[in-house]
Amino acid sequence: MNASSGMPTAQNPSARMPASKRADLRPSTQRPGGGSGAANAPKLTVSGLDFHYGKYQALKQISLKIPEKQVTAFIGPSGCGKSTLLRVFNRIYELYPDQRASGEVLLDGANILDKQQDLNKLRAKIGMVFQKPTPFPMSIYDNIAFGVRLYERLPRPDMDERVEWALKKAALWDEIKDKLKQVGTQLSGGQQQRLCIARAIAVKPAVMLLDEPASALDPISTLKIEELINELKDEYTIVIVTHNMQQAARVSDFTAFLYLGELIEFNDTNTIFTTPHLKQTEDYITGRYG
Amino acid sequence: MNLYTRRRLINGFNLTVSVLATVFGLFWLVWLLWTLLSNGLPWINADIFTKITPPPGSEGGLINAIVGSVIMTGVGVLVGTPVGILAGTYLSEFGRASRIAPVVRFVNDILLSAPSIIIGVFIYEVIVVSMGHFSALAGSLALALIVIPVVVRTTEDMLRLVPDTMREAAAALGAPQWKVVTTIVYRAARAGILTGVLLGVARISGETAPLLFTALNNQFWSTNLNQPMANLPVVIFQFAMSPYEDWQHLAWAGALLITFSILVLNILARVFLRGHRSSS
Repeated sequence: MNASSGMPTAQNPSARMPASKRADLRPSTQRPGGGSGAANAPKLTVSGLDFHYGKYQALKQISLKIPEKQVTAFIGPSGCGKSTLLRVFNRIYELYPDQRASGEVLLDGANILDKQQDLNKLRAKIGMVFQKPTPFPMSIYDNIAFGVRLYERLPRPDMDERVEWALKKAALWDEIKDKLKQVGTQLSGGQQQRLCIARAIAVKPAVMLLDEPASALDPISTLKIEELINELKDEYTIVIVTHNMQQAARVSDFTAFLYLGELIEFNDTNTIFTTPHLKQTEDYITGRYG
Repeated sequence: MNLYTRRRLINGFNLTVSVLATVFGLFWLVWLLWTLLSNGLPWINADIFTKITPPPGSEGGLINAIVGSVIMTGVGVLVGTPVGILAGTYLSEFGRASRIAPVVRFVNDILLSAPSIIIGVFIYEVIVVSMGHFSALAGSLALALIVIPVVVRTTEDMLRLVPDTMREAAAALGAPQWKVVTTIVYRAARAGILTGVLLGVARISGETAPLLFTALNNQFWSTNLNQPMANLPVVIFQFAMSPYEDWQHLAWAGALLITFSILVLNILARVFLRGHRSSS
């Protein structure tokens, strides 16, 4: 059964307003940020993206442009599809047989949903950090080196250098430089998450996808991760999923609001949080639902 | 009667019944072990480990049977383990979307509970008859057939305990699936897989029926895989049935040896599993 066919008016939020008004708003909601966003070329261009979990449609006709070397946040209530959208960008969903995406996602002009696209190379270019820290059952050093070894053959000193570089980037080096041989799973939760960020950075991706990276962490670790995101955006295009709106406001340059699988509004963060075009966005941001 | 007293009474009743059930089960186990110890221990001596099985009425030990059991169990495990681990890996990692996987899993479960005598008869028909004689090789293969489903099952179960987030994290770095499985998933599950192999060894080291039809037995020292080979279970079976007292004593000693080694294997398996869990 198609879940979205039940009550179209209630399920489809944009159906609540007159069709004419919707047509007016659509184009403006899909343009990232007008003035400031135009300065950066889009790194990822999504158009007409649909996503299905088996028969259930989780994303409906998503179109947006994610600007390069900026932080873009996806917000929305649980189940709105924000994580699903993120997981399309490195096609990690393909680990599960009944999940499929259709439409177009251009990375530097090439459609990554194309069957020709080499998945492993794509994922080496687009790094991902997950909600729960996932250190591999090996030493801290090997955790970082694992990804690097997949695509580069570095002599030992160069590898040492790379590991140190990645750990410094992730603001973890000073805390663990004396215990690189220790098992990664023995670190604290916040350190484990920064280890995972270091691991993703070490392969030098162009885009970093962060799926609620701080939701399992305490406030201090969260602060560190947010500072880190701020520093990383000079070199990386960052897309972050968060259910914490303050976090989205703090760290992102652009914000996309999703609801029930649709992109409701996408604009620069300032506009979204101060003068959203749609009442629905305003209601969510001010905590009236979601 | 108020609700609280009622709950206490029901709790007391259930506790009593479950303790009684446990005691009932343990009672037979302890009795069995006690019988084994009191009958077997007096006959455990240096001869057991140095001399081969004797004709009735003369001095002897079990060394040919011990070595034979070790060889056949070893070969059986060497043949069965790779097949079992690979099949378990297929079920857990590569065959998730396939329609064959559930069928394989079902057939494996049947094989897991198949009476071992059927496996003995099968190998007899396929190998012993076509080779024309009993052999240790046939015995080893029969044991391998018993090991495979045990290892398939534990491997699949242990690999499934590795959270998918771990696989996602490795795949997200650009690792191809075989690399994710061999370097990350295996490493996370290795204690469990090893436990499965040890349990497989424990399972076959006491099997009699499949050897009776395949390796038969050998009164003499032989390590030739192409010939019948002595082994503890069949020696116990023959000697215990015999009217000769000295043979019966050797059977008790052999039974104690097997039970003790299975106990050690099971303890080892637990230690491995626990040691790994606490460190990770």
